[in-house]
Amino acid sequence: MTLGLAFDALLCLLILSAAGLAVCGRRLFASIAFFVTYGILIGISWLRLGAVDVALAEVAIGAGLTGVLLIGAWAAIRRRRGNDGLALDATGAMNAADEAEAGDDPVMPRPRRLVAAVACSVLAGLLAAAVAALPAEVPGLLPAVTEKLADSGVSNPVTAVLLNFRAYDTLMESIVLLMALVAVWALTPEALWGDEPGLRQHARGDGVLATFGKVLPPLGALVGAYLIWAGSDRPGGAFQGGTILAAVWLLAIMAGMARAPRQSSRFLRLALVAGPVVFLGVGLAGAAFGVFLGFSAEYAKRLILLIELALAVSIAATLALLVAGTPVARGGS
Amino acid sequence: MPYQTGLAMLANTATIILVLLGLFFFVAGTVGLLRFPDLHSRLHALTKADNLGLGLVTLGLAFQMDDAWSVAKLVLIWLLAVLAAATVAQLVARAALSRLPGADGRGDEP
Repeated sequence: MTLGLAFDALLCLLILSAAGLAVCGRRLFASIAFFVTYGILIGISWLRLGAVDVALAEVAIGAGLTGVLLIGAWAAIRRRRGNDGLALDATGAMNAADEAEAGDDPVMPRPRRLVAAVACSVLAGLLAAAVAALPAEVPGLLPAVTEKLADSGVSNPVTAVLLNFRAYDTLMESIVLLMALVAVWALTPEALWGDEPGLRQHARGDGVLATFGKVLPPLGALVGAYLIWAGSDRPGGAFQGGTILAAVWLLAIMAGMARAPRQSSRFLRLALVAGPVVFLGVGLAGAAFGVFLGFSAEYAKRLILLIELALAVSIAATLALLVAGTPVARGGS
Repeated sequence: MPYQTGLAMLANTATIILVLLGLFFFVAGTVGLLRFPDLHSRLHALTKADNLGLGLVTLGLAFQMDDAWSVAKLVLIWLLAVLAAATVAQLVARAALSRLPGADGRGDEP
């Protein structure tokens, strides 16, 4: 009991330190590193609270995927700055000396940082006020969920809430994810539209990365599929499994085992919208029989599995393409 | 019953010793990461010590598992972590090598 308390106190301290260092650090890359650490610590704290589903999602998406996106953005800023301001050598590449001279990090101008700090502080203040305004003793919705769990079609209460009782939240989430990709794709230069997204990957055929890319994907695909399937009666689900599938796909692309799909690929676009479309379709079918997104207990399990599968495909494709980014102009050779 | 508790005590002792030993290697790896002079020796300290440390922690936890399946899952996690660490260490080391002033300077940058 005391040992558990000591662990929790230490965990809270570490979370606050990591958050503070991520926000206050002067070096952008170090801030990103602390942000990822923060996400993993938050994942552990969800485990301590017994919320394995949330822990999985936080570590996979909050720490893993967001961390990769931030590092990608950091690298893109550095590249752009290299193209704009720095002397380039004959081959068009910055040489090591230039890079060292330029410092490690892009720096935001002070006024902009000030605005960001004020905005974030106001948001944090509002959130704190909202939390403080909550009644101290909340009965929670656990009794209501437990009572209706038998009708939901699944035995994992988290999945029952996400895909049945509060399905419209999840529907909106899946659409938000798609909108994020639309926003990223909107940044594609006109001349490159429809091309393969991301940087061209070059891994040596017999190299370490290629070997890793051959060994891991089968196992990763198995784990991802298992997590999606397991979601109906234990922790797991479309978001957690989909993230793993996205990572496996990206690894295969980086290791040169597969090529990134072209933006114009019809197959790819089908995969991207499959989740929201199936979800909406099931919801509308429910509306035809009475309630939008209302599942009758008889078909609930099958419908939820159908939505989970379609969602997992879309989430995997969307997340992978978010990381891949927009098509990039190929160099001369 | 005494036989059972004796076995449990043995398992607990093994767990405590192995996990402590594993933690020692984690600390050693972290000290190396902080104290070693250049990137390649730091990588060496980090991956070698952490892989061994994680292996010992895994072995220690295996004594607390109820069935062989759980042990197999633990071992799988350890193998995956070792594979990932070894691969990433190689890639980081190579990327760093190709950025040294003597190298062609292009490295893995596109």
